[in-house]
This record gives sequence, C-alpha cells and structure tokens, in this order.
Amino acid sequence: MRTAEAFAKTGAEGRAALVGYLPAGFPTLADSIKAVDIMIDHGADLIELGLPYSDPVMDGPAIQKAADRALAAGFRTRQVFEVTEAVAGRVPILVMTYWNLVERYGVDRFAADFAAAGGAGLITPDLIPDEAAEWIAASDAHDLDRVFLVAPSSTEERIASTVAACRGFVYAQSVMGVTGARAATSAAAPELVRRTRAHTDLPIGVGLGVRSGDQAAEIGAYGDAVIVGSAIVNCYLDAEDVPTGHQRLAELTADLAAGVRR
Amino acid sequence: MPNPDPGGHWGEFGGRFVPEALIAALDELERAHTEALADPDFTAELDALGREYGNLPSPLYLAERLSQEAGVEVWLKREDLNHTGAHKIRNVLGQALLTKRMGKRRIIAETGAGQHGVASATAAAYFGLECTVYMGEEDTRRQALNVARMRLLGAEVVPVTTGSRTLKDAMNEALREWVATVDTTHYLIGSVGGPHPFPQLVRDYCRGIGDEARAQFLERTGALPDVVAACVGGGSNAMGIFTAFLDDEDVRLYGFEAGGDGYDTGRHAATITAGQIGVLHGARTFVLQDEDGQTIESHSISAGLDYPGVGPEHAHLAATGRAAYEPVDDAEAMAALEKLARTEGIICAIESAHGLAGALRLAKSLQPGSRVLVNLSGRGDKDMGNVVEYYGFDAPADKGDH
Repeated sequence: MRTAEAFAKTGAEGRAALVGYLPAGFPTLADSIKAVDIMIDHGADLIELGLPYSDPVMDGPAIQKAADRALAAGFRTRQVFEVTEAVAGRVPILVMTYWNLVERYGVDRFAADFAAAGGAGLITPDLIPDEAAEWIAASDAHDLDRVFLVAPSSTEERIASTVAACRGFVYAQSVMGVTGARAATSAAAPELVRRTRAHTDLPIGVGLGVRSGDQAAEIGAYGDAVIVGSAIVNCYLDAEDVPTGHQRLAELTADLAAGVRR
Repeated sequence: MPNPDPGGHWGEFGGRFVPEALIAALDELERAHTEALADPDFTAELDALGREYGNLPSPLYLAERLSQEAGVEVWLKREDLNHTGAHKIRNVLGQALLTKRMGKRRIIAETGAGQHGVASATAAAYFGLECTVYMGEEDTRRQALNVARMRLLGAEVVPVTTGSRTLKDAMNEALREWVATVDTTHYLIGSVGGPHPFPQLVRDYCRGIGDEARAQFLERTGALPDVVAACVGGGSNAMGIFTAFLDDEDVRLYGFEAGGDGYDTGRHAATITAGQIGVLHGARTFVLQDEDGQTIESHSISAGLDYPGVGPEHAHLAATGRAAYEPVDDAEAMAALEKLARTEGIICAIESAHGLAGALRLAKSLQPGSRVLVNLSGRGDKDMGNVVEYYGFDAPADKGDH
C-alpha cells in the first residue's frame, strides 16, 4: 500500500495517522512480524521498520539496545525484505535506515528488492537530500516514497529544499535530540510543523518521545502523523517475556490509536 | 591548499551524512572557520598561543644513531615535545579559540587513547569553557591515567557503555549529545573525520606540523625529504604533516595504519588497506565493515589508532595514489618503540611508533642516505602500562633483553 493512500484515508477521517516503529528482527525475526501485525490490528496506519545498525547516532538507548539484540541474533539486511513481504498489504510499510546499510547493499538493488517485497518507501535519518542523488534516482525508478527529515534548527531555505525532495510525507524531528529522549510536549514541534507547512502540501509526521494516547492526541492536533518508536520498543525491553511484550504492545497501540482519534 | 568541493567532498569521499538537525550548526561552523582563518587577529592570537603555551614550533631532530642503524637519514618532527605531549594541542587550541569566537561556552569531545580528551580538557581550562569528554568504557580502563588528567583539568569524563565501548562508540555518544545541545556547545572533534567541515577544519589547525617541518627541513638540508611518514588512525597527525608536501610531487607520502595482531588475522585497524568504502560518523570514507555494512570492531595495541574509519581526505589521497598506506602490526610497532628508546633516548607514543616502524621498514628499500621525515606525533608516558604488560618489565627478573 502506498503512503499517500493511508494519508488520504486519515485525512478523510479528519485525524492524524499513527505510525508505529519497530526494528526488524526485534525481539526476534518472527516476533517482529507478529508485532507489526499487532500494531496494524490495533490501529496503526503506517509502519516504520527499523533496519538494525551498529552505530545508530540518531537513536537513544532503547532503540540501540533493540538493534544490538537483533544484530547479536544474526539479523541480516536482506531479512528486512522478508519482514516487509510478510506484513505488506494492509498499511504502507516504510523502512527507516541509516544510509551505510543501503549503500552497502547497493542503492538501486535495495530499492528494487524492497519495492518487490511490497515496501512503500524509506525514511533516511542520516541522509540529507544534498547527498541523495543516487537514492532519488533509485526511488524514482522503483516508485518508492522518500522521507527526509526537517528539524527545529533547519533554515527556511533548507526546509524548502528538503520538502521538495520528499515524497509520501515529511518527517519533523520535533526536539533537538535522539529518539525517546524526553517527553512528547515540545514547544518547538508545533512551530516546526507550521514552518514546514508553509513550504509543502505533503503530510507532516512528528516524531520523538511519544508514549501515550494523550500525547498522541496533543501532537495529532497539529501534525498529520504521530510517530511512536521508543515506547513500542520498550514494550519488549521491559517485559519478562515476548508474549507479555506483545500484550503490552497491543494495549499501547490501542491507546495511541484512540489518541489520534480524539 | 587542496580544499574539498563546497559540499565537503574530496572525490567520492567526505560530505555530510548526518541528521538534518546538525546541518545548521555545521554551516555555522564552516562560516566561522573560514572567517577566522581570514582574520589576522585570529591567526595572530592562535600563533601566539601555540608559541607561548603550546611550545610550538616543535623541533626537527636528526636521529643520528637511529639513522646509522636504518641506513637512511631519519628526521623526527618532535610533536611529542608539545604541551600535553602530542600534536593534538594544535587542533584543540584552534577549535577552542573558534568556539570562543562563535560565542559558545561548552565543548564536548570524544577520545580513544585519552590524548585528545586531555588536550580538549586543557584547552577548556585555558579558555574557561565547560568540557565533557566521551570515552569508551574499555578505553577508560586502558588509559586510566588520562582519565585522571582530564578530571584534574576540570573536565567531566563520561564512560560510554554502548557498542564496543571504544572510540567509535564515544563518537556516537558525542554526536548524540551534540544534537541535543548544539546551540551552546561546540563538538571539538579529535581527528580529520566526521561531517564537513570537520575534516578540513582539523587539518587546517594541524597543518602547522608540515608547514614547520618543510621550512625546517629546507633550512637544515637545503632540500626536501624523500619520504614523509606518519601513523594513521583517524589521520590528524598525518594530514597535519602531509598537507604542506602535497604539491611536492617528488616527496613520497606514507601513512601507516595499525595492523593489530597482523593484517591477515583480520584483527587490525588498517581501514584503508582493507579498502571497503562506506559511510561512518558523517562522512563517506573507508570503513571496516561486514558484508551488510555493520561496523566491525578494530583491533590495535594503540588505543589512538583503534578506529574502524579514517579521515576522508586520506581516503582520497589513497584512491588517487598521492599517498600510500600500509599496515604495521603491534609487534613491529613495539620493536620500533624500543629501538627509538635505546638509540635516541626518546620514548614515543605507541601510535607514533607505528609511523616510525613503517619508515624503518621502508628504509630497507630506499637508496642509502635518503632522507625520511617521520612525524613523532606523541610521547609515550601514557603508554607505559601497555609497555610493561607487553615486555613483562614488571616481572621479578628483568626480561628487557628479550
């Protein structure tokens, strides 16, 4: 499913979309597929699959720990296509990845294999459009969305050039900091969304730090998508076993989904 | 001066592979650095600081007894005599002065061996800046004395417990902290790596090594050296001495990477020799990585060379053939360290011993009487623990004559 279709649906319902993030291969390969199904069953509108990386400089401790576990269990890049294929169809599946993994796999080859698996697009936290010529060509060739980030520190000029390179949606990094670092309320976030909206008609997703339905409702009041990552990972990191993690994820997703519908 | 393109690329290397959140700060830094270098007041202040505080220029020293053994003239650029004991004082004084000029009041730094951390803490103390140093937990154990130095100088040392707990993880942590504090904090990066403009900026502050050495060499010998050699971890001391000689086509440039247990064992830090291009810590360069692009842990007896990436300008010099890069393993480096100690009475850093060892190896293939300039980038006091362990000098009977 394409990103634009999901946003057309949530837009028609007059609400923000809920985007759930989980590293592929965490807590195990099979359970990451199960977890994505749980998120979709309980109201996630889009899914971001993280590609585990050894040096995730944008991520806080929760997501790094999850990625380390997946890698220690032998996760390989190509397995993200297995996960994508297993969960694609009901909602758009995007992959969030540090750039070296794509470059190493081969940019065009990655785009081709991901598109063949039913993937919708990539979110690239350490790739700015200025460095993205190869990815822009590959995403055009394979009809994939490309989501770049804007940040509170971005100048107007950079917001304009970044959104011009985006397709699908724009990712607004709402606080200056790593994932999961702090509470969702940020004065910078509404301001960044307002500044970004002046340059684009694309939906704007707001990431970093959301833990509850209440926070999702607050962000959903000005953002087009509420992106939740660390809180989802924590369902498993804090749980004594995987079934408990699945249970917590179901409850959290239902709470978040209710939040974006308020 | 060979500068990168406006995006910070040397050929296919370099660039900016960082979160958008950092771009504004990198742009600001680039502007500030360019303006500072063009400002005579800034360069005069930096020169005076280097002279009166940093003990610069460092001497050029002809190592006569070592030369007799090597069969070539071995000239040492004595960066080990600088304040804080290494070339790194040049970089930190430059960046700290720039920090002050930008109106920021705090610096953060990553460190491997602790040398850059000590240098950063020193510059912070001098300028009255707050300083936080990120250091892999593994390295805080290997280099406990440097942790104590940093704390004495007033810096906060944060042991990093993620990943392999070494330099690369300390850099990850410093980048994370920088994203969150970029308004008030300068990331005082320790080598010629990272996103543009860092590789160029650090090189600009370290290039005095080569500028001085080139002038000293001409004055003393009336000619240029045949070979310039340096160790390469991230590569700041090597870029520091290479830069002045880049246009001297007859001067051969050699960078010696850490071969660890031996290049063929796979346990090494010889990034360029391994030859895999990738993106790490904000730049495209050579990276030790697996088939998927996951970073592989590097190995070296020298904490300062124990890094799985390398500065992008070195990658470019290697790709274009302007400089040659070869591995030197732990044993070869330690033998050179001992030889220098016993022929010249100089105990150098294990990092620098890699450069010296490579030069001595190369000497065997050079015409007798050739002139080899080696950057003796740091002193060895910090490494005595490793030396004791390596040679067993702490055993009851002296096993020095092994």
